[in-house]
Amino acid sequence: MSFRGAASTFLYRRPRLALALLLGPPLLWLGVVYLGSLAALLVQSFFRLDHYTGQVVQEPTLATWLDLASRANLDIVLRTASMAFAVTVAAAALAFPLAFFMTFRASRRQKALLYLGVMLPLWSSYLVRVYAWKLILAREGILSWFVARLHLTAAVDVLLSLPGIGGPSLSLSPIGMFVAFLYVWLPYMILPIQAALERVPRSLLEASSDLGARSGETFRRVVLPLAVPGVVAGSIFTFSLTLGDFIVPSVLGNSSYFIGQAVLAHQGTSGNLPLAAAFTGVPMAIMAIYLLLARRAGALDAL
Amino acid sequence: MTPPAVRFEGVSRRFGEVPAVDRVDLEIASGEFFTLLGPSGSGKTTCLRLMAGFDRPTSGTIWLHGEDVSGRPPYQRDVNTVFQDYALFPHMNVAENVGYGLMVRKVPKPERQRRVEEALELVRLPGLGHRKPSQLSGGQRQRVALARALVNRPRLLLLDEPLGALDLKLRQQMQVELKALQQQVGITFVYVTHDQEEALSMSDRLAVFHQGRIEQLGTPSEVYEAPATEFVAGFVGVSNLVTGELARNLAGMGTGSPRTFSLRPEKIRFAAPEDPVPAGFCAADGTIRDVVYLGMRTRYGVALDAGGTLTVEAQNLETTSMEALARRGQRVRLLWSREQMHWMGPEKEKPA
Repeated sequence: MSFRGAASTFLYRRPRLALALLLGPPLLWLGVVYLGSLAALLVQSFFRLDHYTGQVVQEPTLATWLDLASRANLDIVLRTASMAFAVTVAAAALAFPLAFFMTFRASRRQKALLYLGVMLPLWSSYLVRVYAWKLILAREGILSWFVARLHLTAAVDVLLSLPGIGGPSLSLSPIGMFVAFLYVWLPYMILPIQAALERVPRSLLEASSDLGARSGETFRRVVLPLAVPGVVAGSIFTFSLTLGDFIVPSVLGNSSYFIGQAVLAHQGTSGNLPLAAAFTGVPMAIMAIYLLLARRAGALDAL
Repeated sequence: MTPPAVRFEGVSRRFGEVPAVDRVDLEIASGEFFTLLGPSGSGKTTCLRLMAGFDRPTSGTIWLHGEDVSGRPPYQRDVNTVFQDYALFPHMNVAENVGYGLMVRKVPKPERQRRVEEALELVRLPGLGHRKPSQLSGGQRQRVALARALVNRPRLLLLDEPLGALDLKLRQQMQVELKALQQQVGITFVYVTHDQEEALSMSDRLAVFHQGRIEQLGTPSEVYEAPATEFVAGFVGVSNLVTGELARNLAGMGTGSPRTFSLRPEKIRFAAPEDPVPAGFCAADGTIRDVVYLGMRTRYGVALDAGGTLTVEAQNLETTSMEALARRGQRVRLLWSREQMHWMGPEKEKPA
């Protein structure tokens, strides 16, 4: 018998060994490198920075977490979370009809084209796309020109004058950031929803209609509940990607920090690694709470 | 007179160039158990979907109980469907599934609960209302699907191969139950199947579909005993199809235009080679070539001296399998009543 034949027989008779060989490397990677570094990070957040010496004091303390709870830092957390929430809701609202059309209405060809359309932006550099939005949204950019053509410049100015979301121009305001975030993360919402809808047998929609439900009711009572796991998965992507991003806020934002920028500044400029670590704990905590709530609401039962 | 439950007038449904249903005319009487029988792709399921409203005809008109429903969506038709895959809502329990139609029609909750219970009792699943569909067996799911349709008291119930996914024993049991249920509730049943035995045993009348058209429509015995076309003879049960010269010879006819007759294998009986031929019977001599022992019956392939082969089935009244198999090579005379030969009409023109 050849060596390969012998090896294959050897493994066939020892399924546990075969499984260990297959799963070992990814589990090691996941367990040690991935979760391990995460744990190390979490441990960091319970150390503190000595502001006089600039050294990290490696004694367990809650000082860093108390520091995180200060007004300025809480503002950063709140600002980032609100943006992530708005982006997620808008992405879900935009993605659902498209995913529905892709799944239930589009022909094979249309579906392929739509897939391509959704994926295509992901193939180009993320930085290029963000800077492209900077140009589009700039005061002298194509959007302003178009808005002027529609005689809506006044409306945009009103929008920009709103406290909290306004700014000197679209390219330097939370509104602009929102648009750019929505653009870059939308595919991550469309694809999971589409995958969830794909698993809904068409006969369920027909059965609902057969039993007397109009389209709207079928959507509300059958399609939506069964697509919720997809929406939850998509919202995890859009929410956590927005929470952790520091490029869009630094390119399109004003001087108000987002979590990503705070992390960057603390670990880089000021060397306050514990505070940076505490900041990264925030998105994790938010996502954990979100998932718990989703599970309690039964949103994941259909998984 | 009550209008027919279903009336198709020149109904066609084309998918691109391909006609799935091709100019079908059909009338199903109120209260009937009517079966659409045919192989896959014959258009029977498309016909059912046109009745339910999941699909719309390319041309032609559909009446349900005297009303033209051709352009009406499913939720505006007094029809309910039992789906092949049952289509139970996985996120609802059994009671919610069964009560779905009543809920969307805003039936008050107490009445809803009462009718759901009744429907579950009707299909002999009382007390399972709190289960999820995933916790049920295939047969139970099938019953829930039935209850979910019947609870709305439709005037017409459509069943799309509802027993296809069940094993043989359960299927036979459900056939009896479905038939009894239909008589009990008095609703028109339109039943789609590719299983000819199911069609013969349950239907009041049936239509045999082939290439989008109805080949034959009649009672089970009409269709079985007197198949109108070669396709029907071949699809519904097993038939000997005898054509041309041999047909004329066997029938003892003189010259004439060559035609085809069908002869059921169980209508032929064996006799000894020199036995006399009774009046009104036909005879053919030959040699037994193949023997297939089927338990209850044995199927013989007999090579005729006149050329060609006839399949003969005989019940194993006193025969053992050894005896049956030992008949291979035996000379026999085959006898059958003239009445059992069914001459086919002239071959319909078929598209190339």
